[in-house]
Amino acid sequence: MSETRIRAIVSPQSRPALKKHARLQYDKVRGAWALLSPERIFWPNEVSLDILRLCNGRNEVTQMIAILADQYGADETEITLDVTGFLQEWSDKFLVEL
Amino acid sequence: MEPVLPPIGMLAELTHRCPLQCAYCSNPVELLKANREMDTGGWISLFEQAADLGVLQVHLSGGEPTLRTDLVELVRCLARRGVYTNLITAGVGISEGRIEALAEAGLDHIQLSFQGAFATTTEKIGNARGAHEKKIETARRVRATGLPLTINAPIHRHNMNEVPDFIDLALDLGAERLEIANVQYAGWALLNRDALMPQRAAVERQVQIVEEAQERLRGIMTIDFVTPDYFAIYPKPCMGGWARDAFMVAPDGTVLPCHAAATIKTLQFERFGDRTLSEIWHDSAAFKAFRGTDWMQEPCRSCERKEIDWGGCRCQAMAIAGDAAASDPACIKSPFHDRMGALIDQATGKKSYDGTFAYRRIGRMSEPMV
Repeated sequence: MSETRIRAIVSPQSRPALKKHARLQYDKVRGAWALLSPERIFWPNEVSLDILRLCNGRNEVTQMIAILADQYGADETEITLDVTGFLQEWSDKFLVEL
Repeated sequence: MEPVLPPIGMLAELTHRCPLQCAYCSNPVELLKANREMDTGGWISLFEQAADLGVLQVHLSGGEPTLRTDLVELVRCLARRGVYTNLITAGVGISEGRIEALAEAGLDHIQLSFQGAFATTTEKIGNARGAHEKKIETARRVRATGLPLTINAPIHRHNMNEVPDFIDLALDLGAERLEIANVQYAGWALLNRDALMPQRAAVERQVQIVEEAQERLRGIMTIDFVTPDYFAIYPKPCMGGWARDAFMVAPDGTVLPCHAAATIKTLQFERFGDRTLSEIWHDSAAFKAFRGTDWMQEPCRSCERKEIDWGGCRCQAMAIAGDAAASDPACIKSPFHDRMGALIDQATGKKSYDGTFAYRRIGRMSEPMV
């Protein structure tokens, strides 16, 4: 592999999707949603789950923010940093593709 | 007493057979021959019960798991049950089309080991000619199927100076994750401890290199660092706590709280088939022995970290303090902590290493030597 690998940076036009190897599934035994990934299992809280569910490769980040602002009755500008920060962090963990 | 929670993770050592003979192998010194391995039906039944019990992630390991001809069938069973599957392989001698078949069956992730960043080191540590090139070919085939790849580099005296090269190698191979895993002294590694123990200065240099690379490669490649216990201040929460959320199964179906648990001779372990997995997880005396915190002695008992590191490693307490219920001597609060330093000095201070390893071979050892 000769091309230089670079860090993906979130932008308003990114269309985030869960990585192919990250799997969000409902765990019947514990009654909770789990995000399965190599060597790690995450138990996302409700807000994280709402963001992850919008990561379908079709929604742009701006659309995601608009949907979440509507769901939570919040101001878009207020939640923008939280949402982009979350997506950058999960991209850095190789769970979300930007 | 807290209620027993369902297990999340399972390490399945499908076989002890392996084309490599690494002197740091975590398998027990008494290895099982092929005729002791549980059959396909046994493993499938175990995986079904594991999924019912709440296991979400299974690590298929060995020995070399790809030597099991039924591996694709086992992966298919786990995938059908929604269990996340991770194949831990040496990547040597995997036949054409096998990785593709595993991906097709629903395998989720592959962890591929490299004994050295260069061919000469890989061959010397694993005692297998041509191993390095085969591993590189395996990595290429993994990436071609689109499966995510972790490179695992077990680190010790003989390859610690290659850490920067392991980082470059993993980047070149397209790995998303690299594990720089300092060898844990259990199994064959304990037998070869004097030959494997690194120098203090090399450990300090390694920590700096890894921390710098983690920062530089943020979002490009994850580097997980398993620090060397003998140089630690606090112990690792071995297995996330004894019988707390994970367990392992030996090739013959014996269910154990961790890979080295059989070194604690006072414990008796049960085989899957003689009892159900649920019975073993909940009721086996070996699982109950060190579960939770009630078994702890001082200094663990009154320590504020007792539910962070869960007393550390029971097998290390057995090996170094001579008492499986003692605090892990890796802990600075352990009265036996000084022994760790003395063992480092003993291994590195004099010429205790004569250039050879006790290479891992089935039937080589019938009794643990240490």
